[in-house]
Amino acid sequence: MTVPARRPAPAAPPQPLPPGSFGAFVSAARAAGRLVVQPRMGMSDPRAMRAGLAATRAADATTVGTLTIDSYTRVGDQAAARRALADGVPLNGYPLVTYDPAVTRSVLDGIQDHTFPVQVRHGSAAPQDIVAALLLAGLDATEGGPVSYCLPYGRTPLTASVENWVRSCELLARTRDHGVEPHLETFGGCMMGQLCPPSLLVALSVLEALFFAQHGLRSVSLSYAQGTDPAQDEEALHALRRLADVLLPDLDRHIVVYTYMGVYPRTPDGARLLLEESARLAVRTGAARLIVKTAAEAHRIPTVRENAAALEAAARAAEAETAQAAAARAETARAEATQAAAARAAAAPAEAASRPGAGEAAASRLAVRPVPDTGIHAEASALVQAVLEISPDLGRALPLAFERGYLDVPYCLHPDNAQRTRSYLDTDGRLRWSAIGSMPLGGIVELAHEPRLTSGGLLSALRHVEQRFDAAALDPSPTHRPLGDGHRPPARAALLEEGR
Amino acid sequence: MKVGTPVTPVKTPMTELPSASGLKVIVSSVASDAHTWNLVFLQLLLEELGHRVANLGACVPDELLVEECRRQRPDLVVISSVNGHGANDGRRVIRELRGHPETAAIPVVIGGKLGIDGADSTDQAGLLEAGFDAVFEEGASLASFGSFLRSIPAGVTT
Ligand code: B12
Repeated sequence: MTVPARRPAPAAPPQPLPPGSFGAFVSAARAAGRLVVQPRMGMSDPRAMRAGLAATRAADATTVGTLTIDSYTRVGDQAAARRALADGVPLNGYPLVTYDPAVTRSVLDGIQDHTFPVQVRHGSAAPQDIVAALLLAGLDATEGGPVSYCLPYGRTPLTASVENWVRSCELLARTRDHGVEPHLETFGGCMMGQLCPPSLLVALSVLEALFFAQHGLRSVSLSYAQGTDPAQDEEALHALRRLADVLLPDLDRHIVVYTYMGVYPRTPDGARLLLEESARLAVRTGAARLIVKTAAEAHRIPTVRENAAALEAAARAAEAETAQAAAARAETARAEATQAAAARAAAAPAEAASRPGAGEAAASRLAVRPVPDTGIHAEASALVQAVLEISPDLGRALPLAFERGYLDVPYCLHPDNAQRTRSYLDTDGRLRWSAIGSMPLGGIVELAHEPRLTSGGLLSALRHVEQRFDAAALDPSPTHRPLGDGHRPPARAALLEEGR
Repeated sequence: MKVGTPVTPVKTPMTELPSASGLKVIVSSVASDAHTWNLVFLQLLLEELGHRVANLGACVPDELLVEECRRQRPDLVVISSVNGHGANDGRRVIRELRGHPETAAIPVVIGGKLGIDGADSTDQAGLLEAGFDAVFEEGASLASFGSFLRSIPAGVTT
């Protein structure tokens, strides 16, 4: 199977989603022009968890709720979770499997409903128990993937993860018998949180969505994590949409952006600037949902209040970007209309006026604001195609693709990752490949001389974004203040110059 | 959780170890922690300082760490955890290591972000009492880690 160049006509029109399902909620918000914002929130105390969900719902933003699961539950160590709860040791998330389903239902009761869906975020390569527990609690939306919740998350063999994910998808898909439409989001757009070049993120996100579809899911979202350069991210998100349109035509689907998943700015203002940049990225690229990071990210698990503040800051930045785009569209339309009038006045043939769509077309061209094609789509297509050529059955193809090194995640220590690729940040702050190992990217990417890897070099690459935004936050000029200060958002071009 | 084989250490271009007199060091995460950038960073740093490193990778079950320590007889074990469970997992695994005669005397340090409420809230005294030789919570300088390394004699447990 190859990646067709054009979108084939859909085999059947997507079926309408039951109202109140995660996918339907997000589509409705998108149709209304509102970006859905969502926290990464999880506490071990059920009362705190409930308060967090209530605050998410009450936030001045279009929100969905999150139960983020703790690390013991993620690795399947229920005994450790139970002991920690008994000893009063606070966990880094909500131990969904350990609590009785009645406890979780009481956490959700009166908060989760068709106007406020709740998703479970977990990070497990063996999520069957987690999926069973979320279904028992009356939930039907979660995320992850056979690759993205395996390679960066531990030492479970990839083939075992694939089997576990097949079973988990089937478990979720079966809930359709009860009239709900389960939703599954790929985590493939965030391998290792940082320093993974965009094309591999796009390819993995698409491949995991295809895997979900093969195992019965009909409502999915495709993730992409904000990287080091806004133009590169924009290009990647367009590539992701193009590939999803071609390869997943019959599914309910949307794109979800993650606010930066790597080493985060330490200052509150730096954290906010980076969050706001991700919200603008989501709006510019037509993503439907954004998962935010808080000002506590660099330091510790965030409080409920910090989560709510992040949701609202992201919503304000998204609204400002939406308004700006609308104003730009109106401006273009006005300019076109004036031009047309001038043309008529000059008694030119009524050609301009006879093209009523001209203004709209120009405006939508402006709204898309195309970024230069540096080859992300071509790279991602080559990776996806190489995997699909191994076998159209992704459960078979994915482990073989890693075994052969067709997919190979830089800096990932998992034993099933070939570890022959490497990435680096170029002098413009863009993520590039310095070694492609056996990935089928020969002739597509321009390889740089591989810089010698040192602890200092690695640390400065990891801290590039942190330092750029902390430096911007410490800069007293008004263009660098976060939105909440009553100043204008920072100019994109200005931000790019920071911190080098 | 499967007990896997130790993962291949990150392939650094530095193949020649500067000196054979460096320490034999095991770098490891704890059972529940998946973060690895900290491990890669520490491996590179230790190698640059002339030590030999076996990096056990993410989510290392207690039994695997004990087993690797028995087998490799390292001069030092460096445990790093940032997911917020480090203090809790660390207390458990140090008890195991101190409880086995073959591993009881190996110097073991822990560092990173060890709790979920920030660096100030960790019970460092409790960790030292449980058997760690030093604790390097975020904010502690890498220089202090450097001086600690210089205080460890090589080849004592071999
Ligand atoms: C990248 C990242 C991830 C990636 C990790 C990919 C991978 N395989 O490594 C992904 C996205 C997969 C991830 C997942 C999770 N993460 Co995470 N992650 C981060 C992030 C953004 C950066 C970490 C990083 O790469 N640092 C770079 C390395 C080089 O630096 P470092 O780890 O800080 O270590 C430095 C020092 O601490 C020191 N050091 C560390 N250890 C030691 C040991 C010794 C002996 C010494 C001397 C020094 C030392 O040396 C380093 C250089 O200075 C941090 C937040 C941040 N810092 O911005 C959160 C963070 C660490 N993650 C966190 C959490 C909770 C998780 C999850 C549990 C999900 C969740 N509930 O939110 C899961 C982990 C699942 C599991 N089983 O553990 C929390 C931990 C909270 C806490 N401790 O209070 C953080 C702080 C984010 C937050 N505020 O919530 N994460």
